[in-house]
Amino acid sequence: MNWQAVYPEIVLLAMACVVALVDLWVPGKDRIVTYCLAQASLFVVAGLQLWFFYAGFTLYSMQRMVVADPMGHLLGLFATLAMMVTLVYARPYAASRDMLKGELFTLSMFSLLGILVMLCANNFLVVYLGLELMSLSLYALVAMRRDDIGATEAAMKYFVLGALASGFLLYGLSMMYGATGSLDISGVFKAIATGTINRGVLILGTVFVVSGLAFKLGAVPFHMWVPDVYQGAPTAATLLVGGAPKLAAFAITIRLLVEGMIGLAVDWQQMLVLISVASMVVGNLAAIAQTNLKRMLAYSTIAQVGFMLLGLCPGVVSGNTLSAVNAYSSAMFYIVVDVLTTLGTFGMIMLLSRAGHEAERIDDFRGLAKRSPWFAGVMAVFMFSLAGIPPTVGFYAKLAVLQSLVTTNVGGYIWLAGVAVVLSLLGAYYYLRVVKVMYFDEPVDTHPIQGDLDVRVMLSLNGAAVLLLGILPGGLMQLCAQAIVQMFAT
Amino acid sequence: MPLLSFSIWLPIFAGILLLAFGSDRYVSAVRWFALLAAFLSFLVTIPLVTGFDLTSAAPQFAERHAWIARFNVWYQLSVDGLSVWFVLLTAFTTLIVVVAAWKVITERVNQYMAAFLILSGLLVGVFAAMDGLLFYVFFEATLIPMYLIIGVWGGPRRVYAAFKFFLYTLAGSLLMLVALIYLYYKSGGSFDILAWHRLPLSLEAQGLLFFAFFFAFAVKVPMWPVHTWLPDAHVEAPTGGSVVLAAIMLKLGAYGFLRFSLPIAPDAAHKWAWLMVVLSLVAVVYIGLVALVQRDMKKLVAYSSIAHMGFVTLGFFMFNELTTMGGVVQMISHGFVSGAMFLCIGVLYDRVHSREISAYGGVANTMPNFAAFAVLFAMANVGLPGTAGFVGEWMVILGTVKVNFWIAAIAASTMIWGAGYTLWMVKRVYFGPVANHHVQELKDLDAREFGMLAVLAAAVLAMGLYPKPITDVMHVSVDSLLRHVAISKIAP
Repeated sequence: MNWQAVYPEIVLLAMACVVALVDLWVPGKDRIVTYCLAQASLFVVAGLQLWFFYAGFTLYSMQRMVVADPMGHLLGLFATLAMMVTLVYARPYAASRDMLKGELFTLSMFSLLGILVMLCANNFLVVYLGLELMSLSLYALVAMRRDDIGATEAAMKYFVLGALASGFLLYGLSMMYGATGSLDISGVFKAIATGTINRGVLILGTVFVVSGLAFKLGAVPFHMWVPDVYQGAPTAATLLVGGAPKLAAFAITIRLLVEGMIGLAVDWQQMLVLISVASMVVGNLAAIAQTNLKRMLAYSTIAQVGFMLLGLCPGVVSGNTLSAVNAYSSAMFYIVVDVLTTLGTFGMIMLLSRAGHEAERIDDFRGLAKRSPWFAGVMAVFMFSLAGIPPTVGFYAKLAVLQSLVTTNVGGYIWLAGVAVVLSLLGAYYYLRVVKVMYFDEPVDTHPIQGDLDVRVMLSLNGAAVLLLGILPGGLMQLCAQAIVQMFAT
Repeated sequence: MPLLSFSIWLPIFAGILLLAFGSDRYVSAVRWFALLAAFLSFLVTIPLVTGFDLTSAAPQFAERHAWIARFNVWYQLSVDGLSVWFVLLTAFTTLIVVVAAWKVITERVNQYMAAFLILSGLLVGVFAAMDGLLFYVFFEATLIPMYLIIGVWGGPRRVYAAFKFFLYTLAGSLLMLVALIYLYYKSGGSFDILAWHRLPLSLEAQGLLFFAFFFAFAVKVPMWPVHTWLPDAHVEAPTGGSVVLAAIMLKLGAYGFLRFSLPIAPDAAHKWAWLMVVLSLVAVVYIGLVALVQRDMKKLVAYSSIAHMGFVTLGFFMFNELTTMGGVVQMISHGFVSGAMFLCIGVLYDRVHSREISAYGGVANTMPNFAAFAVLFAMANVGLPGTAGFVGEWMVILGTVKVNFWIAAIAASTMIWGAGYTLWMVKRVYFGPVANHHVQELKDLDAREFGMLAVLAAAVLAMGLYPKPITDVMHVSVDSLLRHVAISKIAP
């Protein structure tokens, strides 16, 4: 038994329990103790992930149920960091809304544990286990303000649709199990590679697996929950849903579709092309009409996920996997960048919100450049990054995906790149509108920006990261490529 | 000393400092700092011309560092005879803009100055970049400050104009991005522009690339029929924004033709030259007529810019030395002349707050010094011999006659249209009796305005009377470009 593969998960599990217990003895006004303890535990987990990533090993453990590989560690590192940043943004916001309870931290840590379990899964059941652990924690987090009608409605929708999605995924996985006789991801891969399995069953299973994944990623036509949950949930919970879990959804997409079912790539690539184009169309068009910033960002997320999925399409071209590393690492880079930017935008909404006032309409950002030039600048950087304008990191994310399409030199993919480009032009309009509201309009809300020092510093760092990675994007790209290369090497 | 890096990053860092530490509480310190930064940035660019090797078409003042290893992208800068003057022109224009804004901009001064300084650095970057992706990053990044300049300090319809400007140009350049990635693939994983020049390509691929680049650059130039963003952007932008837009940003498109379209897809360029010539002639004639009926002075100059840029594109697609050089000279002279004309309108607008031609009349009676400058620039706009405007147009027409007399004849009609709209405006605004009490109360130029216009007037005259230093610098580069374009690149 090789415990080393799951050290980060063990530490996180233990600390989540400790945090839950310690919080029982912490009076409400000293909740900062719980907060610090949670952050310290996350810091240790992040450190472990970083160390393991640089060690660069691939370990199988627990009868090959779990695998510890560089891709898992890198995404785990980013997910943990995203969770830490989320908690920094969430603490003052939650405190002013009577949400700063021990559950917030415990549940967040459990949802992160679910994410980490998915990241190291090498078995269909482990994938499902991690998914449910994460999802159940998130359902509860969305419903934390139980006296708020919007939040409870959002939680209900999230729960029902999420359960449906899990059902889809589980059904698809059982199909694969029935056809291949194995729950082990590498076992499924080998079984498919033999070519003796009934293709009809495999494809039916693939359809359900892809549907379940699309649900979790929030891609069209399984996107209905995204706008309602993003808008209805308290912003802190929105960020918990829209941040780190996206990395996990990406990771299980890679684990299931690439590591397990790459033999069926011809089939699922076609599905992904349709899903991604539909996501970009629906997301970008619907976002234009929104007046609520959270809802607009929800639709923008749908469009961004669509763009990211494009990167997964050209992995296998006419039967060979030469372009696979290029394609999958571009998608990975895209999703990491998207999470980084999403953190900042929702952090900004939380910064502008006060007790009794949610700054979630686009109009709440009116004249921000006059109220606070600094934070208007930071928000503008996020918006330009989402729109993919250089010199922000969002541009390189789009560039990476586009080049993975064009360099296949397949006519269809080059046209697809053209379509993506035209659709991202639509996207530029609504991101620019936020900049317009901040810079060109007069402020209506003249309250000075309050907000704790740690939130301000973290937001500034977040903005600086988006800008600096935009000037020097090479390092992060290289890390993503390295992770995918090592995944293929084993 | 990495001169090009300095000319890019010095103004950008100064702009960032202004954003971080500037405030409307100490406005005059902000202004002086901006002036100092703009002046230093201009000084840094001077050795580029004085130290320029006139006998070489090779890249000069080259710098090369690894940037994004994963995609083999290099931070690669250099200038040649085609680009070096624009680096200077950019820094010079920024200096003028800072002076022009001195008293006019009173709100968010630090942001205004920072936007122009950062924009200046980015524009120099576009002209100096020799790596396709680096070029694209600078090219796109210039949209952000200009969008904010139009939107924050612009006129009543500024929001509409800012969006139109941004989305129009973004639409064009995104297609270019796909073209750049395609070239990256074709060249075996390189973004080096000079390597792309040598890359053999099929005629079909060249055609697609040519049109992808065409959309990006035609919007920027702008060529008819994708010019409609320019009048809006010019009218709504603050004076400084109009000046930079006319003097520098329009040149990015024309420069792009020289750097990308012609050398990378020479066969397609020859094949589609007729189309470019037709579009250029439409710009010269039709847009000239449109300019004639404008009531708004800024709009009139905007349309006249489109007509003048028509000359530039015409010159490039005649493929002979005289026209190509004439096109580049026209770009530089138009930079001075249109910038100066927008400054003149700004001078009037600051006093009367109207850009309507009908709001004026007889300005020469109350502002004699100013009227002298304004008439000089108007003459340069018409293309009067002895002014900068003459040289480029003359070279283009002369070269075109050798190729095709009728094209030259149509192009030469600009002498009539140009004289028509410009002189008619001059007559209505500056001459005649004093029209109303606003004009009666006008005060003539103060020392700051006088200085700024005098410098430009000197430049316009100097370039008109003795253009040799300018043509000398570009001679070898234009020659080598034309030799390159004449050879077919179609892959065997």
